[in-house]
Amino acid sequence: MASDPAPLALCATGLGKRYTLDHWKPRGTLREALDAAGRRMLSWAARTASGERPPRRPPGVVWALRGVSFEVASGEIVGLIGRNGAGKSTLLRILSRITEPTEGHAVIHGRIGSLLEVGTGFHPELTGRENVYLNGAILGMRRREIDRKFDQIVDFAGVSRHVDTPVKYYSSGMYVRLAFAVAAHLEPDILLVDEVLAVGDLEFQRRCLGKMDEVARGGRTILFVSHHMNQVRRLCQRCIWLDQGEVRLAGTTVEVVAAYERAAMQASTPLDGDRAYSGTGRFVRWELVKPRADEPNFLLESGALTVRVLMQVNRPVRHGHFGITLYNADSQIMWANAASQLVLEPGLRTFELELPGLPLRPGVYYWHVSLHDEHGLVDYWQCVPELIIGTEPVTHPDDRYQGVLNVPWDLHVS
Amino acid sequence: MSGTGSAVRSRARAATIEIRAHRGLPRPSFRELWEYRDLLVFLMLRDIKVRYKQTVLGWTWAVVQPFLTMVVFSLLFDRLARVPSDGLPYPVFAFAGLLPWQLFAQTLTQSANSVVSNGALVTKVYFPRVLIPFSAVLAGLVDFGVAFLVLLTMVSYYGLRPSLAILAVPFFVLLAVASALAVGLWLAVVNVRFRDVRYTIPFLTQLWLFITPVAYPSSLIPSPWTVLYALNPMAGVVEGFRWALFGSTGAPGALMLVSSLVVVALLAGGLLFFQASERAFADLV
Repeated sequence: MASDPAPLALCATGLGKRYTLDHWKPRGTLREALDAAGRRMLSWAARTASGERPPRRPPGVVWALRGVSFEVASGEIVGLIGRNGAGKSTLLRILSRITEPTEGHAVIHGRIGSLLEVGTGFHPELTGRENVYLNGAILGMRRREIDRKFDQIVDFAGVSRHVDTPVKYYSSGMYVRLAFAVAAHLEPDILLVDEVLAVGDLEFQRRCLGKMDEVARGGRTILFVSHHMNQVRRLCQRCIWLDQGEVRLAGTTVEVVAAYERAAMQASTPLDGDRAYSGTGRFVRWELVKPRADEPNFLLESGALTVRVLMQVNRPVRHGHFGITLYNADSQIMWANAASQLVLEPGLRTFELELPGLPLRPGVYYWHVSLHDEHGLVDYWQCVPELIIGTEPVTHPDDRYQGVLNVPWDLHVS
Repeated sequence: MSGTGSAVRSRARAATIEIRAHRGLPRPSFRELWEYRDLLVFLMLRDIKVRYKQTVLGWTWAVVQPFLTMVVFSLLFDRLARVPSDGLPYPVFAFAGLLPWQLFAQTLTQSANSVVSNGALVTKVYFPRVLIPFSAVLAGLVDFGVAFLVLLTMVSYYGLRPSLAILAVPFFVLLAVASALAVGLWLAVVNVRFRDVRYTIPFLTQLWLFITPVAYPSSLIPSPWTVLYALNPMAGVVEGFRWALFGSTGAPGALMLVSSLVVVALLAGGLLFFQASERAFADLV
């Protein structure tokens, strides 16, 4: 790293961001502020009267980020990983200049573009064309630049026919595609990306990844937040693992992702913190058995499949009740089933589901699994990563007739 | 990804951005504002295009509001209270006062609410925040332009002849907008932290209307009070606007001078206050 000959694109030194309670409760009214000020004065008066020293650290101070230092060389793609609340988004917001650090500093060489959200500033009443210009300008493009790229953007999104329709009449797929297309055509020297690739159908995701590769080959620097370790493995050479606002590990992707996943497997450091956990057992992983892709969560072919869910069981379960549900991106239940009277011995247990097929439209789906025993809930897990179905669409091509199922047909007219 | 992009990039390549906590007075970067001029235009266009969407009357609203107010004023102040109108037909007098007033009140309201209503932008993208209150200005100007055409029609209906002083109209329009921004910038900042502002604004503009010579001429103000009265920048704007159109009384020189000075001071203060506070917007909105 230190011997890297490429010039630095970004150098952060001791970045920290402190939020006070006041900031956490932003929608205060004047009265509340006056109340608080009054109370502070009273307590100050009381302390002064009793000769007490004020507390050294005010209560209610939260460091979302502390002492974060790292360097990114020009042309590098760096992954930023860590569980929710680890400070990844705060870091991106500081580097994007949306908010200022409380301490430390960073130096950035070159034009910076940040994608913290797809479609920032899109207005439903404006047409696709108007939104492309507005959103482009918001992301830092000049009008001439947008003029030049307009056709590419609209083609990339596949909305050429509706470009003069207000986007409030767009399907959600079209909306997201157009929004991403604008962002994908941004040409900054340094691109900061926050988990925006998890949008659109798989085919579109692939094009987005392709676009990212293209951008990276163009010599641009990317700092990329993701929960998808496979995406990170594919795109990034180096990774930074943030944990509780500090850099826990930085290095090659292989090394950092492996360490991160090891930590995730250990029940003591759950990746998703707000999970009910009884101590009896814990779901740790899910995968497709023998996937026909390099991704264990990608379903790329129709036909029979086996889904495996792994659970670390710590105490024997006598009367287990296992439930599994598949949701689509709109939280509609696609399929669910359950089984009772299961006996599980301590150790790493697997639940294998053999299914004749999942004829669902390409897109993002979510497994939820749960296990109860006679004492109640053992574990409930909204599985990560999500299931991505990328089979060939065989139904009506028009967005307006998108159904839930992806079932081929033979039509015989007589 | 083509060669045409290289010009853009090489221009920006020289740029090195330093990120650190800033303390003390802000140093406004006019170069940066200039770089973001296209965004200002698109934000303004958005506000104009979206303004009267899903309304039946559309841009007619820009005329309906001052026109109906004028009718009410004419009945109340002209017919009942017999308020003098500097020798002008009262409806023209009132309408000519209402136009700059409406421009001021609308721009003030929009800019004061602008940062909060654009919270989604503020928390997701960096750009000079001061563009937001400024973008609120143009939509008010278009309203003003539409209503101004109606005013010209009224002027010719009453057989009035504007003098060359009409060339000064743009100056007073500018002064009205500057006054609105001068107050709007302050309120926009306070609004980010205290949403009370949103509810204060209608009340504020209502009271402000009474201390502005819209429904009555400033000649009604007893002389010891005129200097104090002039501290209200809109007093100079409204009187000046009428003078530019009709020249009915002498140019309100002293009034205007005081008003302009107040506006410049407030506006400069507002800009500094805004830029000093904008760093915390994303954490508070």
